[in-house]
Amino acid sequence: MLTPGRYFLAGNIAAAEAALIAGCRFYAGYPITPSSELMEHMAKRMPEENGVFIQMEDELSAISAIIGAAWTGKKAMTATSGPGFSLMQENIGYAAMTETPIVIVDVMRGGPSTGQPTIVAQGDVLQSRFGSHGDYETIVLAPNSVQELFDLTIRAFNLASIFRNPVIVLSDAELAHMVEKIEVAQKYDIVEFNQVEVDLVPSFVPLGYGFKVAVTGLTHNFKGYPITNDVKVHRELVTRLVDKIIKNEPTISDVEIINPEAETIIVSYGISSRAAYPIIKDNKDVGLFRPRTLWPFPESKFKEIVKGKRVIILEMNLRGYAIEVERVGRKYGGKDFETIHIIGGEVPKPSHIEEVL
Amino acid sequence: MEFFDFYRKDRWPHQFCPGCGLGTIMNCLYKAFNDLNIDIDKTVFVSGIGCTGRVPGYINADSLHTTHGRAIAFATGIKLSRPDLNVIVISGDGDLFAIGGNHIIHAARRNIDLKVIAVNNANYGLTGGQMAPTTPYNMITTTTPYGQREYPFALAELIAAAGANYVARWTTAHPNQLVKSIKEAMQTKGFSFIEVISQCPVNFGRRNKMGDPVFHLRWIKDHSVPISKMTFDINSPYDIVDLNTKGIYIIGDLVKRNRSPYGEIEKEIEVKGPQE
Repeated sequence: MLTPGRYFLAGNIAAAEAALIAGCRFYAGYPITPSSELMEHMAKRMPEENGVFIQMEDELSAISAIIGAAWTGKKAMTATSGPGFSLMQENIGYAAMTETPIVIVDVMRGGPSTGQPTIVAQGDVLQSRFGSHGDYETIVLAPNSVQELFDLTIRAFNLASIFRNPVIVLSDAELAHMVEKIEVAQKYDIVEFNQVEVDLVPSFVPLGYGFKVAVTGLTHNFKGYPITNDVKVHRELVTRLVDKIIKNEPTISDVEIINPEAETIIVSYGISSRAAYPIIKDNKDVGLFRPRTLWPFPESKFKEIVKGKRVIILEMNLRGYAIEVERVGRKYGGKDFETIHIIGGEVPKPSHIEEVL
Repeated sequence: MEFFDFYRKDRWPHQFCPGCGLGTIMNCLYKAFNDLNIDIDKTVFVSGIGCTGRVPGYINADSLHTTHGRAIAFATGIKLSRPDLNVIVISGDGDLFAIGGNHIIHAARRNIDLKVIAVNNANYGLTGGQMAPTTPYNMITTTTPYGQREYPFALAELIAAAGANYVARWTTAHPNQLVKSIKEAMQTKGFSFIEVISQCPVNFGRRNKMGDPVFHLRWIKDHSVPISKMTFDINSPYDIVDLNTKGIYIIGDLVKRNRSPYGEIEKEIEVKGPQE
């Protein structure tokens, strides 16, 4: 494992190493640009750490295999990109319903469909939250540097362990291949299963220890037995699945706020947000609100600063996070909402923001 | 092991239709487990969606009832992270071979140490009796109102070709042989696969003049041919596809190999050496 110190790493490699530090010992995946280096690195590193690596026949089975592994008590992950992420939606819903702790790194590329395989985009923001059917919640993290990708991947495993929920790290083609300096700390707080007790989250009892665990994607009672035609059972289960994330939003959400007093606030995340720093550095009239946790929406933090503000949303898609930013912003008295949507593979530049200012 | 040590008593009564073959298959499983004295606490049952997918829920062991078609992939994750566990997949023909076809052929290719029981009732029972990839020619289902006009899959032969270590086909009309076969599968390392032809009087039999479970079972028995009586040569005008199309099932052990399972391929190469 990476010893404390400075390293010069590409995002995909940093995410893989971070997962190992977080205790991940099972990786199943399917090759897809631009996430393949992460998988290749895991193929090399997992045997060295006594973990399991397997290349599956598709993304459907990759996510199935990590859920199976997670149910034996292993920390498990997979990585993919848009087309594979679409295939995984089925079992993201299953993981949410069965409260399985798993981590998925989605390295975003241009879509829809096969789109732009090697080109950066932020088109999976809504899919990461709403992609599977029915009511459920995911925790979605959005780093904007290799260092943050490293740190947030470790946090993703901790959050998965604490909340028994799928956690998605939204990397992108730029972060994945960009090589940056990172600092590996002396010590990281690693949360094991059942280590932290949180309201609404039941303890995790894995398979294979004689507990006769029943797991099903059907609506089930506290024993895990299917009860599919009882209004009360379904209502209580699904409400709890949603509430365990939404009600814990203040502790989950993590944002960077610069110049909170400014009249204009830029809301941006991931690689796009890097265009905002040169602007706010010299201009105290412009602030930045950058969620590191996209979902659950950091409502408790956003409502503190949005009142009476002009909000500029910058992201690399046509219809994405802006929908939720505007909905929540208006609820808490945000004045004016403008969006800068840049697609096609051009990373936003400060000049894009200046045009609107 | 007492009967209700094997079953979850608090899940009774079960949801299967009168005359369903799954009861026979579950009791064959119980008998095999009892005879071999297998530790049920070291066993995980995994299933997909469908009538057969509900079987693990009634067994008093760890059970994972997964999404449609993906049981094998979930089981792969379990087996690789806990090699000490017996991982048994029990699911239907539609689940394992239509929506999940890709997963099962790859698991057989890897020769991963899973025990798979594929219950073939020739239709989609749970959803109301639609055509399955196993429905024989001219059979009536709700989606083949004019009779089946596709060639069906030969499940056991497909898995044999994909590289499994143990492949057998039995029917619910052969319970003693099925128990023996399950025991053989449990004792074989590597991918073990048993196709069990089963009756579905309510959703399949009823539409094909076999609504009485006894008629349906008799039909299955009459259409079963022991593998010892079968001879195929390369020039034969008939092969397995033609038999399968007519709903004729070859029963018995199709394949017994002892090729090293997944994760131990090095041994295989050391012993036999790569073929030049």
